[in-house]
Amino acid sequence: MTPASDRLVFDNVSKFYGEVLGINRVDLSIPPGITSLVGPNGSGKTTIMNLMTGLLRPSQGEIRMLGIRPDNPEELFRNVGYCTQFDSFPRGASGQQFLYNYLRVHGHTHADATEMTERAIERVGLTHASTRRVAGYSKGMRQRIKLAQAICHEPAVLILDEPLNGLDPMARAEMIDLFRELSAAGQHIVISSHILHEVDLISDQVILLNEGYVVAEGDIQSVRTEMSGRPLQILVRCDKPRLLASRVFEHESTVEVRIHEDGGGILISTKDADSFLIAFNRMVLDNEIRVASVTPADADVHAVYQYLITQEGEA
Amino acid sequence: MKSLWWRQIQGILRLEVRKSVLSMRALPLYLLAAIPVTVTFIVVAVSTIVGEPPPEFSGPSGATSLFAILFQLGILRSTLYFAVVWIFMNLFRGEVLDRSLHYYFLSPIRRDVLVAGKFASAWVSVSVVFSVVTIVCFGALHVYFGSAALTNLTGQLFAYLAIVWMACLGYGAIFMVAGLFMRNPVIPAVLIFFWEGGNAFLPGLLKKFSVIFYLQSLFPIDISKGPIEIIAEPVPLWIGIPGFIVFSGLTLLLAGFQIRRMEIHYTDD
Repeated sequence: MTPASDRLVFDNVSKFYGEVLGINRVDLSIPPGITSLVGPNGSGKTTIMNLMTGLLRPSQGEIRMLGIRPDNPEELFRNVGYCTQFDSFPRGASGQQFLYNYLRVHGHTHADATEMTERAIERVGLTHASTRRVAGYSKGMRQRIKLAQAICHEPAVLILDEPLNGLDPMARAEMIDLFRELSAAGQHIVISSHILHEVDLISDQVILLNEGYVVAEGDIQSVRTEMSGRPLQILVRCDKPRLLASRVFEHESTVEVRIHEDGGGILISTKDADSFLIAFNRMVLDNEIRVASVTPADADVHAVYQYLITQEGEA
Repeated sequence: MKSLWWRQIQGILRLEVRKSVLSMRALPLYLLAAIPVTVTFIVVAVSTIVGEPPPEFSGPSGATSLFAILFQLGILRSTLYFAVVWIFMNLFRGEVLDRSLHYYFLSPIRRDVLVAGKFASAWVSVSVVFSVVTIVCFGALHVYFGSAALTNLTGQLFAYLAIVWMACLGYGAIFMVAGLFMRNPVIPAVLIFFWEGGNAFLPGLLKKFSVIFYLQSLFPIDISKGPIEIIAEPVPLWIGIPGFIVFSGLTLLLAGFQIRRMEIHYTDD
């Protein structure tokens, strides 16, 4: 169990912009690791990040970042780095000057600031362009220099608002590796992203948001399991898909069975995964079916997102 | 802790002084500063072409009177005033418009230390530029029209420079706060301009609610405002200067209070 001071805690936090709801009664306790905030535009992802970093003040409730209140920037930003979605930079500054000046405002000496600047720029792979003006950077390079700004003082908590936006596939893979590396070192990394496939790849846990409310929280598998009202999809690869399909269809929990388009398996929708899997073992043994794999077909972020957010929105 | 704050203020000074005097934001500052210098050189040029200065401005005391008028009307009450308005109002408002304030807000720096750092940088920038303007105009007029004893002139010049520094302090504090509280600070800037300009004609009590009134005791030479001027006892120097500093300090506290409550909205999300 992670102690409370090692967590990012939201206690009944609400934020209103005048009459407009930002987030409502949010309770969170985020442990170290990679946590993704997922939700459509206007769901409150950036509001949560801005509240975490004190750029916004909650209308109600309390926030503690590793035990530190966000209205204490002196202590907070020794421990927190924030890569905002916002794309504005001091005019005329090179990437190197941008970071160096930021670190001087932190209070670092010339020698320390220079060394930390070089290290951060190297880490995000921008050494070759560090002396060029940020204004001439591509979208991906600007994203990297913002990331360098967030990590240059080696914070324990990294908050990244859409950090993979504008990056090419190679750069994305490098950034994801960097996030994993930082996470493995015990850092908290909070990411908001629309790229669900990547969220699924890198997240230890997800927080699904919709219209200012947290609709689900936890690791993807347990969030999916807790959605008991929704059928679970299972993909079975086997040598006799048609035979298996006919047997599966007889089970009371089965909602739908489809032969996979490549003919090498079946896609099953069941409303009671536990009882189905017990019965499934019997079916396989009784019919002498050789099963190559049984995998959840919709236990990824995308499916959870579809169920919880898109379908609720359509309902 | 104090040394950390000092290092942080130095970091802000590095950035902000550059922004105030070496970026496009500095252009209005330099244009305003060029006006009294240009006027001075036009006066000198015209006098050279005509052959001799006007009789009322000939000789050492003439140059002193001429500079007193130029300083009060061409520097203190106009160009310096609007330069202070421009630089100090944009200290935070300009950052909000440029959407760059978050870089400071994401640093481990107390927001009131940020206020102090930004204020100091603006004060240094405007004070240095207008000190140079004052020295150039003062020097040019006295070199051309003749000068009194050097020690006397040095005292006068120092008094004028002190007025520049104090005016930057007083007006700067007011307009930095105005930039924090108001969406359109141009209206208060114009209103205060007329209030300060008409100070000589205000009743004694109202005079005290102006910056210029507290600078009066520093003027080496007063200029006549005409027959309808209402004379009021100037504030003694030993009250005026500390009072100015206390007033600016209190205004900075107010700015610190406001900046601590300030929020930044990045997107509509």
